[in-house]
Amino acid sequence: MTAVKPAPAARPMRSKAARDRASATWLHLALIPLALLFLAPLWMMLVFSTHPETAIFSPNPPLWFGGAFKENFDGLQADTNFLRALGNSTVISVAYTLLSMLLTSLAGFAFAKYNFPGRNILFGLILATLTIPTFVTIIPQFILVARDLKMSNTYWAVILPTLANTIGIFYMRQAFQTVPDDLLAAARIDGASEVRIFWQIALPVVRPALAALAILLFLASWNDYLWPLIVLTQKDSYTMPVALGTLVGLTRVSWGGIMVGTAIATVPFLALFLALQRHFVAGIAGGAVKD
Amino acid sequence: MTTVNPAPPPRRRARVPLAPYLFILPYLLIFATFWAWPIVSSFLMSFKDSRLGAAAGYGVSNWQRLLTDEFFRTALKNTVIILVIQVPLMLTLATTLAVALNSRLLRARGLFRFAFFAPLVVGTVAYSAVFRLLFNGEFGIVNRALAGLGLPEVDWLNQPAPAMAVIILAMTWRWTGYNAIILLAGLQGIPEDVYEAAAIDGATPWQQFWKMTLPLLRPTLLFCVVLSVIGTLQLFTEPALITNSGPGNATMTLGTYLYQQGFRSFNFGYASAIAYAVAALAAVFSFAQLRLFGRDS
Repeated sequence: MTAVKPAPAARPMRSKAARDRASATWLHLALIPLALLFLAPLWMMLVFSTHPETAIFSPNPPLWFGGAFKENFDGLQADTNFLRALGNSTVISVAYTLLSMLLTSLAGFAFAKYNFPGRNILFGLILATLTIPTFVTIIPQFILVARDLKMSNTYWAVILPTLANTIGIFYMRQAFQTVPDDLLAAARIDGASEVRIFWQIALPVVRPALAALAILLFLASWNDYLWPLIVLTQKDSYTMPVALGTLVGLTRVSWGGIMVGTAIATVPFLALFLALQRHFVAGIAGGAVKD
Repeated sequence: MTTVNPAPPPRRRARVPLAPYLFILPYLLIFATFWAWPIVSSFLMSFKDSRLGAAAGYGVSNWQRLLTDEFFRTALKNTVIILVIQVPLMLTLATTLAVALNSRLLRARGLFRFAFFAPLVVGTVAYSAVFRLLFNGEFGIVNRALAGLGLPEVDWLNQPAPAMAVIILAMTWRWTGYNAIILLAGLQGIPEDVYEAAAIDGATPWQQFWKMTLPLLRPTLLFCVVLSVIGTLQLFTEPALITNSGPGNATMTLGTYLYQQGFRSFNFGYASAIAYAVAALAAVFSFAQLRLFGRDS
């Protein structure tokens, strides 16, 4: 993809080029089957979504698309009100992603760029909870949301507790640390307010990290299963994974329907990831794991 | 906030002592309500017997029960087995992949990256369903392939050890690419000239990997190890959806047991005790990892 790097000048002889070519061949020979293995379940999911169950379970399962997509989809919609679940998932994931990005970048900015009393204690406290499994909080969260706040089966029930995203804050703090102090100081001298400095100067600089975070947050929310399963008890409030989960749990599993549902839920992401993947790796490099 | 700013820093920062607090406040409110308080609350709850008709006072009955509970022991054993096999397997594969993906000899890097990251995009419910299909004893493709090779078929999901293997494979399939991408980002942070210098000194690629890449990658690897271990300790979706904790309780994990106690039997006190046992394990593992390869991070 990117231009091949010119070999370091003086040293290399013809033998090095030959050796490189051999290594390159081996590298591809090893990686291609592995890549296919990683893609296989995804491919099967897409292909199976277009076949009736009899074909999926036939001695020679199909490897290419068939014509039963509509039929599978209608079955799925009848079993689960899938479109409703898809709508719920979309609203929840978009709202969660935007809110979480806002909260974690605000806080991450403060931790990265201000010196204030209590900063280290607060950040230490937040960071310490990173190693606490979410399981520890799940029961009190449930009691709080379902019993005390009476929010069962609402969008907020799914969104609010998951907003306390520790990794996000850690990630955004790392990203903001790369923003030069002089840039902010200059804006301050020009009389910009702190909010404006955050919004119009610092935030645009960390856009790649923000994009990567957005993908991770959206994915996490879109695919979250356990928490929605706990707080959503009515069919109409189900998110997409919970709705599909009800199908898997049955003894008579509707495979064609599940495959259609998961394919519909997956394809937009594959497209998004393909479009953004270059930025995605760069974003992760600039954010999360810069020690 | 009425706190006085002690010893104003030399710059003009002192002018805006309120801003950082206001920036943190929204996050902090959520954090306190939905994280910090529940952490405390669940600890308290673990000392309360919440079963119907039980006395409302505090006591250690949940913890006593935990020590003698056969199901808990099974769940713990299964979780640790998965952890000990799956995390090293996955991270070895992920590191190898990251190095391969970072190679300047590799063509079409974008395509490969996509292939290895793709499993993460497939929802947990979806890939669980796919794995159930793949490893189905009667018509699963895996068994067909085994038969094609003249090997005996395996009733994957109805036998303890094979069922465990399926869970491990599924998790590895799903999370290897994610870790590889994080490690790849870590690799790209290592300056190129380190390698050029080593090559000039005559270090073989193998030596370069062990003596330079791995040590320089250590902080990133540590990050991956800690997150993977904590993730595995809470494993829920795969055993719940692929094997339904079965056959018998052969793939029951701490996660599925906690769910069963907390949200099927609504025994919140006992479930909280299980949750804290998981937290204690996570703390022990994290501490051990930091001691083993932490040092500078």
